Amino acid sequence: MSIQILMPALSPTMEEGTLAKWNVKEGDTVTSGDVIAEIETDKATMEFEAVDEGVMGKILVAEGTEGVKVNDLIAILLEEGESADDIDSADRSAGAVTETVEPEAEAASTHAAAPAAAKPAADVPSPAAEPDVPEGTTFKSQTVREALRDAMAEEMRRTEDVFLMGEEVAEYQGAYKISQGLLDEFGAKRVIDTPITEHGFTGLAVGAAFGGLNPIVEFMTFNFAMQAIDQIINSAAKTLYMSGGQMGCPIVFRGPNGAAARVGAQHSQDYAAWYASIPGLKVVQPYSAADAKGLLKQAIRDPNPVIFLENEILYGKSFDVPELEDFTIPFGKAKIWREGTDVTLVSWGIGMTYTLEAADALAEMGISAEVIDLRTLRPIDYATVINSVKKTNRCVTVEEGFPVASMSNHIAAHIMAEAFDYLDAPVLSCTGKDVPMPYAANLEKLALTSTQEVIDAVRAVTYK
Amino acid sequence: MATRKAAKKPNASKDDLLQYYEDMLLIRRFEEKAGQLYGMGLIGGFCHLYIGQEAVVVGLEAAAKEGDSRVTSYRDHGHMLACGMDPNGVMAELTGREGGYSRGKGGSMHMFSEEKKFYGGHGIVAAQVPIGAGLAFANKYRGEDTVSFAYFGDGAANQGQVYETYNMAALWDLPVIFVIENNQYAMGTSVQRSTHSPSYWERGAAFGIAGEEVDGMDVLAVKEAGEKAVAHCRAGKGPYILEVKTYRYRGHSMSDPAKYRTREEVQKMREERDPIEAVKSILLTGSHATEDELKDIDKKIKAVVNESAKFAQESPEPALEELWTDIYADELPQEASA
Repeated sequence: MSIQILMPALSPTMEEGTLAKWNVKEGDTVTSGDVIAEIETDKATMEFEAVDEGVMGKILVAEGTEGVKVNDLIAILLEEGESADDIDSADRSAGAVTETVEPEAEAASTHAAAPAAAKPAADVPSPAAEPDVPEGTTFKSQTVREALRDAMAEEMRRTEDVFLMGEEVAEYQGAYKISQGLLDEFGAKRVIDTPITEHGFTGLAVGAAFGGLNPIVEFMTFNFAMQAIDQIINSAAKTLYMSGGQMGCPIVFRGPNGAAARVGAQHSQDYAAWYASIPGLKVVQPYSAADAKGLLKQAIRDPNPVIFLENEILYGKSFDVPELEDFTIPFGKAKIWREGTDVTLVSWGIGMTYTLEAADALAEMGISAEVIDLRTLRPIDYATVINSVKKTNRCVTVEEGFPVASMSNHIAAHIMAEAFDYLDAPVLSCTGKDVPMPYAANLEKLALTSTQEVIDAVRAVTYK
Repeated sequence: MATRKAAKKPNASKDDLLQYYEDMLLIRRFEEKAGQLYGMGLIGGFCHLYIGQEAVVVGLEAAAKEGDSRVTSYRDHGHMLACGMDPNGVMAELTGREGGYSRGKGGSMHMFSEEKKFYGGHGIVAAQVPIGAGLAFANKYRGEDTVSFAYFGDGAANQGQVYETYNMAALWDLPVIFVIENNQYAMGTSVQRSTHSPSYWERGAAFGIAGEEVDGMDVLAVKEAGEKAVAHCRAGKGPYILEVKTYRYRGHSMSDPAKYRTREEVQKMREERDPIEAVKSILLTGSHATEDELKDIDKKIKAVVNESAKFAQESPEPALEELWTDIYADELPQEASA
């Protein structure tokens, strides 16, 4: 019986990849442990080792093929005594394979499925209006990952005072490839690999900011920043106030935040509400690549400590990014992605993926949703939210954070205080569930909010 | 290595000795006055006095030069006075008044001076240690030959972030002097009860960081060690550790009854090892100064301290609008601030 070789998943969020190179050809003998191919994910090029022994019978996906889905059949290995002629035609049908693995594959990538990585830009949502750029601006398609890198590179070119430090940011080119190429351009003095000591290097970076530099601190993920949260809050956020305005801390803390995919409770948490509750911090949580770029450049120039919350699942997603010499976006200005009349949907970051999908589905149901992306959570653009609620009289907030003491609670309370008489229904919130993130695919899916939950909430507040 | 003692013959001129005497006396009298104002209810919250430890900062400041930076814990009044900050501004901060260094918004534990490169004033034990290394990082990044003094106590010396910092400071050759002010008690817990191997400076060896123990009741010994440490850092040889053995006469803070040590122990230190009396003795026995000359200095210091207490009481409380200023270095739109 021949052995099927399937496209492997090489990272928690990988859905597809490029089969960069075959190291074997048909007829070659393969033993387990041989590197048979090189596969490019959006994060890195990985070697793919054989698990079984045999003779390469048939290569089904040619090298150089892009967008090969995880679990697609890519080759067939012959066992002892078999020949290429023995390959059962059924074996070559990817359908047969898909049938057996589909439930797992589907579940594994369910919440990642919404922002399918590396979609062509034409397919991705674009906002109703582009208030951040002058008319006539041209756009290019970029991933969030590339936009973040460009933002850092541009700011590092602008001034020598900006430097990047964190785990694996330099020689490894970034654990999530955000800092790719920066070491080559700026050298080891300004792109600094740290030991795995979040508490220590965060404090050190805060000291460097007190000393007049503009550090960018990359946390491999914000989960690890909990080790450093004293330095972020007590040292970075409060010193300006405690010094009577004498000593500020111009620093950016950035990195992926929130759930990735199947990485369990300790690696899946959205910290937006934690940081947004701290006076002295500014908090940014972008969704699109354009916002990631414009807001990160703004963050690096900001004279205050800025928490910049990225999302691993969004890193590979492409958007139109304006081709401008120097593109920045001011904090505290929400973006209206879609205008509507029946309900206001307020979201930010990865929550926008559910929100925009839900808005599409709602439109088909005849419900017109206005979609607001807050983009920054401190400061918050309350005015845009309140004006919209006064028009639609209904509001649903969407986020992946925990529900208790959430950003959603805060926004709902604000709407109640400022626009109570305009509301025709309670403000509802779609959030992550009040549980640590489970590992099992089906439970993880359940723990996050979903497009369907947003649709259901809208139907509830519109009584439809 | 034996504890560094000052050379038999003082390595300081008459003028230097008089200056150290005056600087240490200013801290002593200032702190006594602060204690008094606390008792009168004019100073609130936590107030950690530096009495007994004066030789540490005065000795090290004598080894520093313009442009060097310093950062310390909440027991910070002495450091501020020693680096030349205005006693009026410090005392007015203790009373929470507009004339204070932080305009009344920091308090005893949180004062700063951009001008004197004093970076606080930190209330979380050991948080200032990586910050001190970060200041050194900035100095080195800009190619300056200035150094940073990161002061912390024997209590902080057991915190994990100290060792994270040692590692990075050694790895990157940062010009930082880690000054462990070992006053033998972390609040109420003696070194013997908190620390298995109590020679803190020796821990630097694990990171390849040179260091030594210094007699912190002897300002000349501290200065000598400080000069060696500073030279090491300025030469680009990376960090240096000074474990300065000192003693605080007062409690951990004003509300500390100090039941963890005997009255006799404190009395013995005061009588036999007082750093100010030691310099006074050198001045007198070496005929560098007369009793009258020293009395004149005492009077001068008393006047400075009294003036600071007067200023601190007369300075108005901060305007109520101050509640809402200095949260951000730029203006946030009113509506947009959370």
